[in-house]
Amino acid sequence: MTQYETVIGLEVHLELKTDSKIFCSSSTSFGGKPNTHVCPVCLGLPGVLPVVNKKVVEDAILVALALNCRIAEFSKFDRKNYYYPDMPKNYQISQYDLPIALNGYLEIELDGELKKIGITRLHMEEDTGKLVHQGTITTTPFSLVDYNRAGVPLLEIVSEPDLRSPEEARIYLEKLKSIIQYTGVSDCRMEEGSLRCDANVSVRQLGKEEFGTKTEIKNMNSFRSLQKALTYEVSRQIEVLGEGGRIVQETRTWDEGQGITLPIRSKEEAHDYRYFPEPDLVPMIIEREWVESVRKRLPELPDARRERYVRDYGLPVYDAGVLTSTKEMADYFEACLNAYSSPKTVSNWIMGDLSRLLNSNNLEINECPVSPVNLASLFKILDEGTISGKIAKVVFEEMFATGKDAGTIVKEKGLVQISDEESLTAIVEEVIAGNPKSVSDYRSGKDKALGFLVGQVMKATKGKANPELVNKLFKEKILN
Amino acid sequence: MSLYYLTAHELHDLLLKKEISAVEVNEAVFDRIESVEDSVKAYLTLTRDQAMKTAQEVDDMIGAGRPVPPLAGIPIAIKDNICTEGVRTTAASKIIYNFIPPYDATVVKKLAGQHIAMTGKTNLDEFAMGSSTENSGFFATHNPWDRECVPGGSSGGSAAAVAAGESVCAIGSDTGGSIRQPAAFCGVVGIKPTYGAVSRYGLIAFASSLDQIGPFTRDVTDCALMLNAICGHDPLDSTSSPYEVPDFRRCLVNDVKGLKIGVPREYMSEGIDADVRQIIEKAMSLLELNGARIEETSLPHLGFSLPVYYLIAPAEASSNLARYDGVRYGFRSAGAQDVVDMFMKTRSQGFGAEVKRRIMLGTYVLSAGYYDAYYLKALKVRTLIKEDFNNAFEKFDILLSPTTPSPAFRFGEKTGDPLKMYLSDVFTIAVNLAGIPGLSVPCGFVNGLPVGLQLMGRPFSEGKLLQAAYTFEQCTDHHRKHPEL
Repeated sequence: MTQYETVIGLEVHLELKTDSKIFCSSSTSFGGKPNTHVCPVCLGLPGVLPVVNKKVVEDAILVALALNCRIAEFSKFDRKNYYYPDMPKNYQISQYDLPIALNGYLEIELDGELKKIGITRLHMEEDTGKLVHQGTITTTPFSLVDYNRAGVPLLEIVSEPDLRSPEEARIYLEKLKSIIQYTGVSDCRMEEGSLRCDANVSVRQLGKEEFGTKTEIKNMNSFRSLQKALTYEVSRQIEVLGEGGRIVQETRTWDEGQGITLPIRSKEEAHDYRYFPEPDLVPMIIEREWVESVRKRLPELPDARRERYVRDYGLPVYDAGVLTSTKEMADYFEACLNAYSSPKTVSNWIMGDLSRLLNSNNLEINECPVSPVNLASLFKILDEGTISGKIAKVVFEEMFATGKDAGTIVKEKGLVQISDEESLTAIVEEVIAGNPKSVSDYRSGKDKALGFLVGQVMKATKGKANPELVNKLFKEKILN
Repeated sequence: MSLYYLTAHELHDLLLKKEISAVEVNEAVFDRIESVEDSVKAYLTLTRDQAMKTAQEVDDMIGAGRPVPPLAGIPIAIKDNICTEGVRTTAASKIIYNFIPPYDATVVKKLAGQHIAMTGKTNLDEFAMGSSTENSGFFATHNPWDRECVPGGSSGGSAAAVAAGESVCAIGSDTGGSIRQPAAFCGVVGIKPTYGAVSRYGLIAFASSLDQIGPFTRDVTDCALMLNAICGHDPLDSTSSPYEVPDFRRCLVNDVKGLKIGVPREYMSEGIDADVRQIIEKAMSLLELNGARIEETSLPHLGFSLPVYYLIAPAEASSNLARYDGVRYGFRSAGAQDVVDMFMKTRSQGFGAEVKRRIMLGTYVLSAGYYDAYYLKALKVRTLIKEDFNNAFEKFDILLSPTTPSPAFRFGEKTGDPLKMYLSDVFTIAVNLAGIPGLSVPCGFVNGLPVGLQLMGRPFSEGKLLQAAYTFEQCTDHHRKHPEL
């Protein structure tokens, strides 16, 4: 049977969260009433002219630097011409042959190995508006247009066809998202459309140099659907080739409901965009000093931060990777570490109980009701012996539910650990008297029996007894 | 002399001396409009109430002893492809016959700051595409000197209004000669400033890399006043230059001694009327007599101007005019089946023939497989033409030519043959391609029709053009003649 190799390249669109749009001063904020964040320029009224928002260029340079790109010294905008009602001018101002940045890469980890994924180019463009249909696009009696999004700045980031599986594609996109979130220029929310992704997919016989015919896949709205759509498309292409067929170059859309890709546009129907230099904007000369001053704004990126966690905190590579996957998580970790200097303890709690509760409550770490300082206070009273490890979990759940600090909850709920030897001795003696069988079992060397006896004390004290002390008391009373 | 035929600077002096009031001036102009507009048809929209209100304000300012700018209260017309807040702006196209801009073009804002009295919006070839104003989507404008003849175009309405006393000055736009050619045909002064000298914000785009706004006036002094009012950097137009604008009144010096003037032989050889040639040669002698040194020179690539222009301008236009689709404003064809049908019907019915011809040309030359052969090649030749001018300006201060090869032609004479019509701009187009300033000043008459002398200079050398034109004007009286209406 013929073996095939998968070849995937991704085109990612990223909405920048600048205050104003790319070519005018209208607001970019999301979710306003239709057509309220607009002005003559982003509505494309007759006679208006675009002016480049410098912050957009700066953000583009920042992202390009984070992706190891070469920043162009000379760059320009072009017009991409096609008719669609959500485009006020029926052309999109984009960049064609002289994008702001070229030739970058990012590294992804596959089975413990690092792999470089090339980034062909990064360019700036304006977003379109949105059509609002009654029902579906084919049955709607009329459509409305909302231009609030028209002119919101976008970055398009095109990868090399270096991805060799749908999983690799997903990992690449997750890494890209992580890096961009670190730069702080975009929310990268796939579900809200601030991060969008199209894929070019082809397969070729293993060992062959030349690429197979590709299809372009659109409409993948989550990381999960990206991997699912690509997995489907790869197997579809292999099946077509296996049956002696040929792949048709076309654009296909992912149908989440049916779990299949469907053709929407053939190569012949593809638009001729008639790109030409945007005559309303002058070309940009990107001064090196500017690039260097932007580079200074570059934060520590996830790879560097992960290495630091391994090196300085002695964390396992995996743990360091999880903690640094988002900037918010890593910032939380470090804030907590500032107040409590045991990296391993902090890391275990964040990756364990904290993540579990965040997930089950569908919260992001920056929405966490437990502040890093409060979490550190829990560790402190745990160390002081005020509460037991078991009680600590109960206290933490309460902190998460109420947002109160650990000390308050321990006081309110009377959860202070009983470390008073006198009162514990009384309870231990009671338990010994009431469980002669277990006592004799333990005496004859069955260690398990001690666990039962300790458990009885815990039951009697509602878990508040200091377990070490209880152990010590039993050993003294029974073995001596 | 009737008030409506005075110049802005003459009127300003009278206003300051309180010999007349701005209200009187404007009443005179609007009375004139009432009596001759039927035969000239320069305006698409009149804004009498607005003008009279401003005139009253200016009179109040003068009455209160407050200083007023040189153009305060002066009746000035605006070409209807320049946006005016709250006043219908159509570009003489049915496709935006009902468009009322919610904003002023930067030039309109600047003129409002001068307290000008805007008389109205003038007729043009639809979207400024044409050389006769016959392509207006509404009606043709007539040449005040001979109503059987065209006023030129595309700013025909503005030129005719100034010539007929229907406004004192006017604003036009020039993409390939649309100010200078009608100025020549109507016997008034017109200048296309350097690309980037005047903001294009609010000018309904035809060809963005060529379009430039400029004034029509009855003499060179008014031209300087208008340039003072409209030139300068605009943060809303990235292509406007951040240069320091001089006071152009200082350039009104009657002296051309030692001025080196080149006459490109390519302008004087082909297809130029014998009568026009004679008048131009007479103008040259006059300048020489005043001390200018005139020599023949050559612009070797000038012959490519027309084809280069008709590749670049339609390419940009095909994209600039894509927004007129019936979705957001303007005309929308009724009874479309779906959105594509709506686009097609709206654009088929809304645009006139010449506009459609240029959209098709432009779409074609930008198409995959043709871009390199046409558009890109045209850009390269445009650079050669620019270099020709640069080379000439190493030797000469100014280049001189007829503005047009012949005076105003008759209605219908060239409408049947687009190429013939395009040729009427053959002397003006290269100036736009090179981005340099070009001025047309009246220099004589052929059979009662005015002839224009074109002066061209280095980028941002408007001052020098004004000085040469002013000197020429001081020893001629063409600018004092007015048509009989």
